[in-house]
Amino acid sequence: MERIAVEALARREGGVGYAGRIFEQTQRIIHDTGGQAGALIRVLQQAQGMIGYLPPPVLKTISRDLKIPLSEVYGIVSFYHFFTMVPKGKHVIQVCMGTSCYVKGGQKLLDTLKKAVGLEPEGMTPDGKFSLETVRCLGACALSPVMTVGGDIHRKVEPAGVMEILSRYK
Amino acid sequence: MERVNSIADLEEIKAMVRPLLLVREDPDYTRIREAPQIDILICRGTGCTAAGSGEVEEAFKDAVKRNGLEARVRVIKTGCRGFCEKGPNVTIFPGDILYTEVSAEDVSEIVEGHLFGGEFVQRLLYKEPVTGKATPASHEIDFYKKQRREVMHLNGLIDPWSIEEYIAHDGYRGLAKALLEMKPEEVLEEVRKSGIRGRGGAGFPTGTKWGFVHSAPGEEKFVLCNGDEGDPGAFMNRSVLEGNPHSVIEGMTIGAYAIGNVRQGYAYIRAEYPLAIETMSNAIRQAREYGFLGEDILGTGFDFEIDIFPGAGAFVCGEETALMRSIEGERGNPRQRPPFPANKGLFDKPSTLNNVETWSNIPRIILKGGDWYSSIGAKGNTGTKTFCLVGKINNSGIAEVPLGTLMKDLIFDIGGGCPGGKKFKAVQIGGPSGGVIPYKHIDTPVDYESITGLGAIMGSGGLIVMDEDNCMVDVAKFYLGFTQDESCGKCTPCRAGIPKLREILTRISEGRGRMEDIDLLAELGGMIAEVSLCGLGQTAPNPVLSTLRHFREEYEAHIIDKRCPTGVCKPLVAYHALEDKCMACLINIAGFEAGGYEAINQALLDFIPGRVIQKVKPSGGCVVDLARFLMTCAQREGCGECVPCRVGTTQMLGMLEDIAAGNGTLGMLDLLIELGDTIKIASRCTFGTSAADPVLSLIKHFRDDFEEHIIDKHCPSGMCKLPLSYHMVCPIRPSVVATFRGEAELAKALV
Repeated sequence: MERIAVEALARREGGVGYAGRIFEQTQRIIHDTGGQAGALIRVLQQAQGMIGYLPPPVLKTISRDLKIPLSEVYGIVSFYHFFTMVPKGKHVIQVCMGTSCYVKGGQKLLDTLKKAVGLEPEGMTPDGKFSLETVRCLGACALSPVMTVGGDIHRKVEPAGVMEILSRYK
Repeated sequence: MERVNSIADLEEIKAMVRPLLLVREDPDYTRIREAPQIDILICRGTGCTAAGSGEVEEAFKDAVKRNGLEARVRVIKTGCRGFCEKGPNVTIFPGDILYTEVSAEDVSEIVEGHLFGGEFVQRLLYKEPVTGKATPASHEIDFYKKQRREVMHLNGLIDPWSIEEYIAHDGYRGLAKALLEMKPEEVLEEVRKSGIRGRGGAGFPTGTKWGFVHSAPGEEKFVLCNGDEGDPGAFMNRSVLEGNPHSVIEGMTIGAYAIGNVRQGYAYIRAEYPLAIETMSNAIRQAREYGFLGEDILGTGFDFEIDIFPGAGAFVCGEETALMRSIEGERGNPRQRPPFPANKGLFDKPSTLNNVETWSNIPRIILKGGDWYSSIGAKGNTGTKTFCLVGKINNSGIAEVPLGTLMKDLIFDIGGGCPGGKKFKAVQIGGPSGGVIPYKHIDTPVDYESITGLGAIMGSGGLIVMDEDNCMVDVAKFYLGFTQDESCGKCTPCRAGIPKLREILTRISEGRGRMEDIDLLAELGGMIAEVSLCGLGQTAPNPVLSTLRHFREEYEAHIIDKRCPTGVCKPLVAYHALEDKCMACLINIAGFEAGGYEAINQALLDFIPGRVIQKVKPSGGCVVDLARFLMTCAQREGCGECVPCRVGTTQMLGMLEDIAAGNGTLGMLDLLIELGDTIKIASRCTFGTSAADPVLSLIKHFRDDFEEHIIDKHCPSGMCKLPLSYHMVCPIRPSVVATFRGEAELAKALV
């Protein structure tokens, strides 16, 4: 349900011709990177960078144009953590669950966040504002525990300070 | 830009740029007021940037402009200088004065006080954690003083976005020497002589590895750089890529020349490091412009190109065959070796894959000679190694030391020990593939063989320090969660074995462990290590096996005493009231020896007349449990001749078991009474007519308890396997003892 609502939201904001534009852009990416060794992963990375996630129609277009079976494309998408077939919120919250963050209270931070936004990891709020995910080590271990919101790294986050951080994102 | 074609060209650039950088070698801070040149170096590594060094950089630029200092003061952004704990870091030359945890608001104070006044801003200087003494010059801080920086020697000292600053520090001189003055075989020999071993963790001699690829038949070969630094808790490769990218490019180009028939290299960098990818891309572009990459490098006719391949977030892609699959655009599944990548690697062509740190060592080995390199470190373990000190340690960051340095020196002298005066317990080395080194082995020298001898591995160099508050069972469980997630699923031992190991650990951490589990862990772990396909599976049991080896007593405490000594494993936590703190809220339980749940129950019985005491009446046990027990006896001992007794007791027992398990309904209570009455009336002998009596009377007198089992799914005495009550010092008013039912309620209160 959530996913449908968000797709509808994206379509509404994208305006007329949204689906067509996505299709065109996907094809342009394929054209630009085509022929290169390992093109598939690069195409997927760029497509996701543009659309935010990889809905089935995009995968089908990629499969057809690169002449790679859809099953194989899906195999790649599901293998690498970087790819997602679920749309993401406006602000993506990432909680680091690397070792350093874990020993310094990353789990507690995640638990607090789950409650604060009412989400399980990989979920998104119904208004599309936040989505929550966990990552394995952002390499900012000296700043543990770390979370990022929309790409901004927040360091040494105390569970008590979570709401204040989230309130900065409208 | 003119292409560089000879050593003389390089010398020319160096002669032009180096004088401008000399100020960064001037340790005399007293001249700051009259110094003709002042450099303000701002760390823009990921750590410091996250801490706000971007704003600090802007503020400095503004301040310089406002004060009309443009001609004299340069504001330069550098790569990571490894002191991430105290970021944002700002270093001012002349003097090498380090300011830590600088914010944009502090900038004007630094400019006025230090630049104009010649006085340090005391409050921003670094203070040694033990003595509290302020140390202004960074080269005098213990953290830096006790290191030997070879790989990291330019990190934090040059602008990683400027190739000229790299050249000014003899950059690309190693490449020029190799291409213009040495045969490929001579380069190989030099690397062999240096004794450098793979810095990715396995420690295979790099010279030998290159030799294999060199002698493998093939017209097309590849060199690859492994920047898929997936070990949680390790970020030294990222620091090199962000702080000194040209050293990696130069190293790869030298490698390509030495191996021969190589025209293409790939740098595989994980997507979680966007800044590293950006810095590296820029460096590759610059190197191409100057003629260090591309066609006809340095006018020698040697062609070589490097492409960056951004990883897509899969830990297993750090394994060489998986990484090559990934570049080919496929799932990163490892494959059986042999054939080794030296013969059949990327696109089935001979390939060598080396770690970022290995590559960045190569230029200096060629320039200064293999003998120079092998004079550093210990025999068989030459050179330096970078380590990431993280976790419960005062000076988190990157430390580089010669191999063979004692672990003790690394953690206490450089790292400054554990914060808050806590006791050091163990250090995890080698990430999810490694193991722990406990305090009693802290005198071990850090080299490949000694670390392996203790059941850990060197790995890429992440050191996660743990203090007395960390539970070893929990840490082992954490790592297995990681490897389980990251297993590619191709081979069974890894795919099926790791979840089994984790299941056993979960059982132990929840107090359901058995003594046999310890042997089972060892046996299963050994099996997974032996028969898995790739390095991920082969090393995945290491955290379990090594914690088991060094902290067996902690496992036993979980299993035998049902106690987690550190209090990390939540289901095993025993809460107790603090005698001196408890004033009185609902219950006054002051005056008894703190001793966990049982003792509190006893205290409740002793101190509180009335409701509480009645509820726990049947010898402190649970009425539902008692009813179930009595009904079991009745059902088992009946002769079975008459139906009401035979069938009725069985049915009553079933319902009581449901209630005890938390599956009861209120209707069952009425049904129990009805059925009990029926049995009483209709049974043939006195055994039957009295069989239901105890249960009926229990329901009559303790209906509350039955309802609590049914409605709240809670057993007040904790005998039924329902969520327990927890008693703890009230989180709101520490002077008060509070009671929580079940873990959910407790967790809510704890946050």
